[in-house]
Amino acid sequence: MIDFSYTILIPLIPFVVFLITGLLGMKWKPLVSGIIGTIGMGISFVLSLFAAYQYFFVTVADGYHAIIPVNMLWLSFTDTLQIYMGILLDPISVMMLVVVTTVSFMVHIYSLGYMKGEKGFQRFYAFLSLFTFSMLGVVVSTNIFQMYIFWELVGVCSFLLIGFYYDKPSAVAAAKKAFIVTRFADLGFLVGILLLSYFTGTFDFDKLTQPGTSLFAGIAGVSFLGLSGISWAMVLIFMGAAGKSAMFPLHIWLPDAMEGPTPVSALIHAATMVVAGVFLVARLFPIYHFQTPGVLVFIGYVGGFTSLFAAVIAITQNDIKRVLAYSTLSQIGYMMVALGVSGYGGEQGLGFMASMFHLFTHAMFKALLFLGAGSIIHSVHSNLMKDMGGLRKYMPVTHFTFLIASLAISGIPPFSGFFSKDEILAAAFQSNKFLFYVEYITAGITSFYIFRLYFNIFWGKDTKYKHIPHEAPLNMAIPLIVLALGAAFSGFIPFHNLVTSNMKPFAIETNFLIALPSVAIGLLGIAVAWVLYKKENDLSGKIVKRMGVLYTATFHKFYIDEIYLFVTKTIIFNYIARPIAWFDHNVVDAFMIGIGTMSMKFSYKIKRLQSGELQQYAFVFVAGALVLGLSLLYFFGSH
Amino acid sequence: MMDFRYILLMRHELLLVLAAIIILIVDLFTSNGKKTNLIKFFLSLFALVMFIGFIPAKSGIIFGGAFHGNPLIGFFKNILNLAVMIIFLQSDGYLRKSENSGKVGEFFVLIILTLVGMDFMISSGDFLTFFIGLETASIPIAGLVAFDRYKRRSAEAGVKLILLSAISSGILLFGLSLIYGATGSIYFSDIAEHITASPLIILGFIFFVSGMGFKISLVPFHLWTADVYEGAPMNITAYLSVVSKGAAAFIFTIIIYKVFKNITGIWETALYTLSILTMTVGNLFALRQDNIKRFLAFSSIAQAGFILLGIMGTGSLGMGSLVYFILIYVFSNLGAFGVASAIYNESGVESISGYNGLYSTNPRLSLVMMLSLFSLAGIPPVAGFFGKFFLFTSAGSQGYFILILIAVLNATVSLYYYLGVVRAMFINKNDNPVPSFRSSNTMRISLLLCGAGLLFIGFVGGIFEYILSISHTLF
Repeated sequence: MIDFSYTILIPLIPFVVFLITGLLGMKWKPLVSGIIGTIGMGISFVLSLFAAYQYFFVTVADGYHAIIPVNMLWLSFTDTLQIYMGILLDPISVMMLVVVTTVSFMVHIYSLGYMKGEKGFQRFYAFLSLFTFSMLGVVVSTNIFQMYIFWELVGVCSFLLIGFYYDKPSAVAAAKKAFIVTRFADLGFLVGILLLSYFTGTFDFDKLTQPGTSLFAGIAGVSFLGLSGISWAMVLIFMGAAGKSAMFPLHIWLPDAMEGPTPVSALIHAATMVVAGVFLVARLFPIYHFQTPGVLVFIGYVGGFTSLFAAVIAITQNDIKRVLAYSTLSQIGYMMVALGVSGYGGEQGLGFMASMFHLFTHAMFKALLFLGAGSIIHSVHSNLMKDMGGLRKYMPVTHFTFLIASLAISGIPPFSGFFSKDEILAAAFQSNKFLFYVEYITAGITSFYIFRLYFNIFWGKDTKYKHIPHEAPLNMAIPLIVLALGAAFSGFIPFHNLVTSNMKPFAIETNFLIALPSVAIGLLGIAVAWVLYKKENDLSGKIVKRMGVLYTATFHKFYIDEIYLFVTKTIIFNYIARPIAWFDHNVVDAFMIGIGTMSMKFSYKIKRLQSGELQQYAFVFVAGALVLGLSLLYFFGSH
Repeated sequence: MMDFRYILLMRHELLLVLAAIIILIVDLFTSNGKKTNLIKFFLSLFALVMFIGFIPAKSGIIFGGAFHGNPLIGFFKNILNLAVMIIFLQSDGYLRKSENSGKVGEFFVLIILTLVGMDFMISSGDFLTFFIGLETASIPIAGLVAFDRYKRRSAEAGVKLILLSAISSGILLFGLSLIYGATGSIYFSDIAEHITASPLIILGFIFFVSGMGFKISLVPFHLWTADVYEGAPMNITAYLSVVSKGAAAFIFTIIIYKVFKNITGIWETALYTLSILTMTVGNLFALRQDNIKRFLAFSSIAQAGFILLGIMGTGSLGMGSLVYFILIYVFSNLGAFGVASAIYNESGVESISGYNGLYSTNPRLSLVMMLSLFSLAGIPPVAGFFGKFFLFTSAGSQGYFILILIAVLNATVSLYYYLGVVRAMFINKNDNPVPSFRSSNTMRISLLLCGAGLLFIGFVGGIFEYILSISHTLF
């Protein structure tokens, strides 16, 4: 047996780096913090790769096993219900270790160039380390409670990093929105955890996810509002997952989160944190599959709807980061669909494998797209497509890497996205034809919006730039190139041998009946984008005119934000909070204000007012006691 | 015969009375101008009392069942002592102001005497001792609330408190007399055997709940809270919202569990209703406050609703989670009040909008405030999350999932206003923020204590285990 206890260093190093740079960073030159952070992250990255190598290629005997090298008792409720904090290594957590540390390391390097000279450079690196620590904590959690703690910590880091440009009101609003929406979702997660642990008496993943466990006998029998207890628990837990992974209708925070610095968007809002929801569902997959198959189908439909819906909105956005944000929503939808249609074990578990596969490749190409976008924004000083055009001449590295990522997300072979998306489509085709068609159409839309972006940025009109755009400096170009290699070749990793639902390898074969049409629709999307956007013309404008209302609705993201605002601001604030505050202000405070404004002449009246107030207080007090007493007498007094 | 065992069981009370006498005498022989020099001495004296209180003692019942002592009660008294210690540390700046410098002795004596009352109250084994303790605790508080007696608001708050407090005590006493009439005893253990769901007892019980609801500021018995909290000096507000409320909640729980265990259905219904009302109304009021004291007052009302939720759990899990929550609540609320008090004493700023841009001038104070507010809001990994989590677990163990859902929703709403203050400090711009200042050393110690507590308590698993194990001794 290999001793894996060194893996505890992987999350611990970023934490130590956070402490060092957070506490002492202010005293040093900014760059020092950046370099310490990057080196620390580099060590974690190497350790993760090494752990992955050992786990996947050295321990192999008959499939993989969950290994818990470190587990410390942390809180104990009762003799049976105890909470540990430790490290769980199994195929999905090891894979996530690689994803998180790779992207984080690249973002660390990239930010040395991108954030250079920004106010709060040290703060940025400290938060980045804290985020990486928390995200790694989520990934390696041995139990659902530990995961929840890190889960929330990740949310806090996201809040801090979205609001990094705190002098920008929109960034602050976005940070707050992200935090509150995901917290709202987490309330479901927390209640779900309580339900699950109350009935099963454990938090541990390895006990909960044993196929055929009898732990759920108690909770399955309970039912409430027509759903069994276990279904409630799993739906509520999925609510948490949907919040983090921005599934409809909890997706509203993600596009606004683009107010954060672009490297943050690449790390948190493309490659790692937003896939935490997918990871959570995958982590609990055996429970979903064996205990609540209905909930799993529901997850599939939520994912399917989100992927199509977000892809449609992405077509209309003009801010390049927002296009990518909606694209992220859509791609996470794919992963959820894959989990939703998956079975357990062997070829039945194709969807599970495809979901993890797509998570991996998506992390590569989406992080690359964001970093590319960052490089463009860095040199053009704008987020808007109309300020760009013809950039291929000025930025060859960015152009080339961006093209690879675009081809990957469009599912064009031999780039990585093709393989993972193809498996998802194949899995959907086997078990749910409807979702298959939804995802098939979405694939076409995907390649259209991403190449609309590509042509608008790098081809199209020859914009006259005030400052000649420049290629990214070396420390920004290297991460682009590394991720481009990942985006190009990670499709060849044999995931079906490594990351599967029951940890045993199975054989896959390419189904050309699915692969060929999916490549075809990808190419079609590219072709349409080429016609519309390659050269400057008003074809797209004409189409927009003809689509009229439909386009406007899509452009406004189907008015989802407005509906939310209406419910929260108008209804809750105006009709509940405001009257109550009015009561407090005018009834309770009136006396206080009265003192300040009325002169001595009216002191007699004030005194009368004062006694009136006290009487009112006393009246409410006594009335409250009586109402409570009488109603209890009414209900219980008969015997 | 008063043997050594008696003394050890009553060590908290005796020490406090002794300290109060010493302070009175020393204060008497010091001229007005020099009284501020005594603060350090009084602080050390109280610290000594606090540390001696940590000495463990066995369980015991003395005075024919009127006074109970056990590890849980002892532990809780230590929490109260600790909270008062923190408040004393934070009062330094306030007492050094010229208008208060002559009243140093009174300040310490009054607080210590209320504490004696509370200690007797939570040790009580019959309703007479309980009531006497309660009143001993209440009357000096009115004096403390009116401590700034030349300020209109403070004087008025004192009068309001004493009048409403009298009404609530009257109703409470009426309830107790009904229970006495129905059962023929004032001892908890005797009453418990004779409790039935007769109308007389239900009424008596409800009047008891109303009276206690006043102390814990449960809706609808809370109306005094905002006015009194706002009018009282900042440190007294902190005292009211932490020590007074915590002690009342503790003995309330003991009595509910011990005396009324035969009518569990009735008190669960009552508490269920009050819990929802309290956290919801408290939250909705807190949403729109701009005065930091009023804001914390309403937030503390909402927190009381969560406390009730934990009580619903019954048994040692309910008791343990309650004590644990209050322990953490001491640090969170006193952290917030400490910062507010430091800022008020320095600049007179009391409004949340006045906190705009605080981070740029006073980063450390802002950080402590942020931690405290995060803890009150229950955001992991700050301690407050664990406090809330165990309350939820406790209620969950009895299957109150709807109530938990409402509570978690409320906790999410509360996030809105807690973050509002954080935003004011860290994000909002201000052309002339509160100037940068150095707070007194005692204040710094207290805030350091609060900050450290908030960061680490949740991760020291042993604390909750210990509390849970001593909670068993109660049953």
